[in-house]
Amino acid sequence: MRITFNEIRRNNVQTWFLIFLFFLLISLFGLAVGVYIGDVFLGLIITTLVGIIYTLVVFSTGDKMIMSISGAKPVTKREYPYLYHTVEGLAVAAGLPTPKCYVINDSALNAFATGKKPESASIAVTTGLLEKMNRQELEGVIAHEMSHIKNNDIRVMMLAAVLVGVILLLSQFLLRSFLWGGKGSSKRENNKGTIILILIGLALAILAPFISELIKLSISRKREYMADASGAILTRYPAGLASALRKIAKDPDPLVDNANKATAHLFISTPFRMKKNNKSSLFSTHPPIDERIKRLEEM
Amino acid sequence: MVLATWVIVLIVVGVIALLIVGLYNSLIRLKNQVKNSFAQIDVQLKRRNDLIPNLVNTVKGYMTHERETLENITKARAAVMKATTPEGKAKASNMLSDTLKSLFAVSENYPDLKANQNFLQLQEEITGTENKIAYSRQHYNDIVMVFNTKIQFFPNNVIAGSLGFKEEKSFEATAEERKNVEVKF
Repeated sequence: MRITFNEIRRNNVQTWFLIFLFFLLISLFGLAVGVYIGDVFLGLIITTLVGIIYTLVVFSTGDKMIMSISGAKPVTKREYPYLYHTVEGLAVAAGLPTPKCYVINDSALNAFATGKKPESASIAVTTGLLEKMNRQELEGVIAHEMSHIKNNDIRVMMLAAVLVGVILLLSQFLLRSFLWGGKGSSKRENNKGTIILILIGLALAILAPFISELIKLSISRKREYMADASGAILTRYPAGLASALRKIAKDPDPLVDNANKATAHLFISTPFRMKKNNKSSLFSTHPPIDERIKRLEEM
Repeated sequence: MVLATWVIVLIVVGVIALLIVGLYNSLIRLKNQVKNSFAQIDVQLKRRNDLIPNLVNTVKGYMTHERETLENITKARAAVMKATTPEGKAKASNMLSDTLKSLFAVSENYPDLKANQNFLQLQEEITGTENKIAYSRQHYNDIVMVFNTKIQFFPNNVIAGSLGFKEEKSFEATAEERKNVEVKF
């Protein structure tokens, strides 16, 4: 209980940090855009306004955005009784209302949870997961997701997905317009300060994706261990999740078709193809699966 | 000087009063959670009881040799409904779980029944509800533990006692549940 409380507080701090960072990056973009169009102030105002509106939209519909990006379809209890019973059971165990269930039509073994608060969360699983896991294993996976919900990881992870996602888009857009759009540059060329600003903007456009990636990763790896542990507390059966992770590790095709860089950290296991040496590097969204299994087995 | 002393006394009394109010409110919140999570167990028990007549009716036609098993289920179901104390209810409920388990075990011998869509649906529904019963008990126990720990801590124990809060009782794990944890892969 105490751990959960600390987790929630840390998550609240990180939520604000993420929003702050988002606006910092957004206003730097604004600066660059402003320099580009010749009016720094206007550039700042435009991007800040867009940033505020986008943040508000993300807060109210971010979960649905993520679901549709991932190709997840909402399902009813009648269609997927097995999934619903498992989710309901673990919601009871966690003392939470039942999250909405989504299914991704994909043979990969994966799942994720999202939402703006524990009371209105959603869980998505792939059809592959439903077919290949037995009841204990599915419970283990759902318990892991339920812990993300209970600790309110989902909000930070959702914000990271959609805010960071848009920064990736923006920086690409900016990079391209710097590289290809060169019209009417004669006016600014005589101003040294302007050139420096353009260079800063350019550097930012290149660096921003890296910065945002790093933030996202540092947020998510600790969380995975945490969710494994508290998931095991929910089911009182760590072997279930350990066995599920083992199946996931052995799966020859872990690629979720609709997963991308912005949503990768949401999934229970990395949705990309594994490289030969899957060591925990600075750039992986998930801790090595063998280490997770080992920790579960030691419980 | 006299005034300053009074101010200090007032502040100390005020702070203590605030702490007591805070403790009282948090205990009330927890106590309501305990009550609510206890009611959740009943919701699941009732859900299972509602499913059983359906199950018995579906199975009856196929399982002509298992009259006794079906009777045991009906009896255990009635016992759950009749039980008034939490302990009695838990005991009857565990008995019902056992009888249901033996029914699903013998159902393996009836291929026609295993092909019946209605039966499969009910089996899934009942298994799901069984799990929810176990989970709702576990959640109740979790909350009770938090509540009990809180009122046992010093100085909470002195204040909680005089405010009329008593320790709540948690469910014992059944022999079956204890066994479950030891399953090896």
